Amino acid sequence: MGPEGVGGRQLERRRALAEPVGVYRRMVEIRFVEQQIQVLYEQGHVRGSTHLCIGQEAVSVGVARAARVSDGVTCTYRGHGMALALGVSVEEVLGEVAGRTTGCAGGLGGSMHLSGEAVGLLPTFAIVGAGLPVAAGVALAAQVKGTGAAAVAVFGDGSANIGAFHETLNLAAIWKLPVVFVCENNLYGEYSRINLTTPLEDLAERAAAYRIPGTVVDGQDVDAVSSAVSAALGRARAGEGPSLLEMKTYRYSGHSRSDPATYRPAGELEQWQERDPIDLYAGQLATSGVAGRQELDVVRQEVQQAVANACELVLASPEPPVEEMFRHVLATRALVAREAR
Amino acid sequence: MPKLRMRQAVAQALEDAMAEDPSVILMGEDIAAAGGAFKATEGLLEKFGPMRVRDTPISEMGFLGAAVGAAVSGLRPVVEMMFVDFTAVALDQLVIEAAKMRYLSRGRLEVPLVLRASAGAGLGFGCQHSQMADQWFRATPGLKLAVASGPQNAYGLLRAAVRDPDPVVVLEPRALYGQRDEVETGEAGIVPLGQARRASQGEDVTLVALGQMVDVALEAVARASWSADVIDLQTLVPWDRTAVEESVRRTRRLVVVEEAPWSGGWGTEVTDHVCGALFGELLAPPVRVTTPDVPVPYSGKLEGRWLPDAGYVVQQVDELLRTGRRPQPWWTEI
Repeated sequence: MGPEGVGGRQLERRRALAEPVGVYRRMVEIRFVEQQIQVLYEQGHVRGSTHLCIGQEAVSVGVARAARVSDGVTCTYRGHGMALALGVSVEEVLGEVAGRTTGCAGGLGGSMHLSGEAVGLLPTFAIVGAGLPVAAGVALAAQVKGTGAAAVAVFGDGSANIGAFHETLNLAAIWKLPVVFVCENNLYGEYSRINLTTPLEDLAERAAAYRIPGTVVDGQDVDAVSSAVSAALGRARAGEGPSLLEMKTYRYSGHSRSDPATYRPAGELEQWQERDPIDLYAGQLATSGVAGRQELDVVRQEVQQAVANACELVLASPEPPVEEMFRHVLATRALVAREAR
Repeated sequence: MPKLRMRQAVAQALEDAMAEDPSVILMGEDIAAAGGAFKATEGLLEKFGPMRVRDTPISEMGFLGAAVGAAVSGLRPVVEMMFVDFTAVALDQLVIEAAKMRYLSRGRLEVPLVLRASAGAGLGFGCQHSQMADQWFRATPGLKLAVASGPQNAYGLLRAAVRDPDPVVVLEPRALYGQRDEVETGEAGIVPLGQARRASQGEDVTLVALGQMVDVALEAVARASWSADVIDLQTLVPWDRTAVEESVRRTRRLVVVEEAPWSGGWGTEVTDHVCGALFGELLAPPVRVTTPDVPVPYSGKLEGRWLPDAGYVVQQVDELLRTGRRPQPWWTEI
């Protein structure tokens, strides 16, 4: 499939979030894909590291539902969920994680570098905090060109202590850039709990220092996430400048594939699982009569099967040819060849 | 042709680039209202307005990152780093983000970003404001790197860099900002990236130089009893192997004159390549005339010793021609 085909499929997947069942389906998909990646890792198909976002699905899907495809999104290396939510396909995500040609970067990026330019996702950032100034720049371009687009920077609580966070909030505030800063506060920066690294509980308070709105949001409630992001994007597009949204959420797994997360207090995980974002939304859909439990069970089974099929397809696809590493280093391939001479 | 100081040539290049392409914007500390710490952006705020000519806070990571984001979104940002040394606190955005954006997006994105910075020693700014720092950039695939040696190529390299689809670092030797010369502007004045310039022609030796060392090499030739090709590389990444090979094949001797450290300076690339490509054709071992492996000293006397000068170049080449062996650098006698 050519790039246009891939982009078209991504856009179609994004449109599916307009329906509540589509939102549910996508959150379930993220969960199954993450579980599949864990299995692929255990089977030796994943090199290096990989960072799962199980438990944080509502943030990814809530952001994707609120943003337009013309809005630029930057995200971290914990980005499988965000990529899927924005419209990148299961094959593209699994393919990239497994280093195959089916991946969104053709197997040259890996788990930490997913992208979907057709739906606004820049290659995800593997350096903590790096995506924030870049998102501000995407917003700057929208401002200079008057396109009406905006940008969203998604990052973790660990980013709130790095210089790029502070420099970018300040810059975006003085230039009134159309950008929304979405902090996924899952309580842990790598292996360290936030109270050990940060002298405040609500990171949204840091917005006050830059005279921009800061809001704490229930990151387990997908509707709450998308409402908050929509409001902030509306403000951004109206020329009123940036906002900081703090999504209170939790990652069920450790920092990376090698982290058993033994540093967490007993009972904390279970407490958060009681407000599992997928179960919570299923309950809301059932209560409001939008979709019954049975219908959602069918969705769940469909998604599980689709992820399994995609995984099979990915494992049957080849690793990239050697010459791929010489492409797209600079605009002219000849230059690279000449340099290597 | 107008006679311009190098700083005016830079401003002229920016003006011409902005007039040609509305997607070109400028960012940096004190570049707008104040016209730049070295006056290389003077008058541009008045001509193009505050949307395109932006003063930034002292947040190098923040505004260089914003330039990366703007570049992937269709603008052509030109960022001024007041002293190249300051790039250290923003390096992630250049070498990790900008340099890999095309690669990670498999060519779907590009970063037509220019980082221009004043660089180098000679003016007594001390060890944290006098580095060339080219070694931070030239080992990173995905970046290009050019170095101006006077008003003409300060204009021409910058024009080429702004049009280039990839991130380009342009270093402007700070000590040359006041140098005045005739400058060809417009299309004819553009200097393509990757092409060296022969600044003088001779028989006995090839002097390869860059930045403010080009004038040092030319002055050495003027004083010497031998004659030399002086090759101004102009671009370090990618550097013009063809021009250097062509010259050394003729002179059969190579001396690199660098404002760069003895260990790991860019001249190691040149001597390595020439040894590999022309082994057996050389009459003498290649020589590097460099700075010692120490920070730039503040004292005028010491800084003057630290930087290679024409007398030192003459002495090194004299000895090479006399003995056929590589002379020791001056600091081995200390």
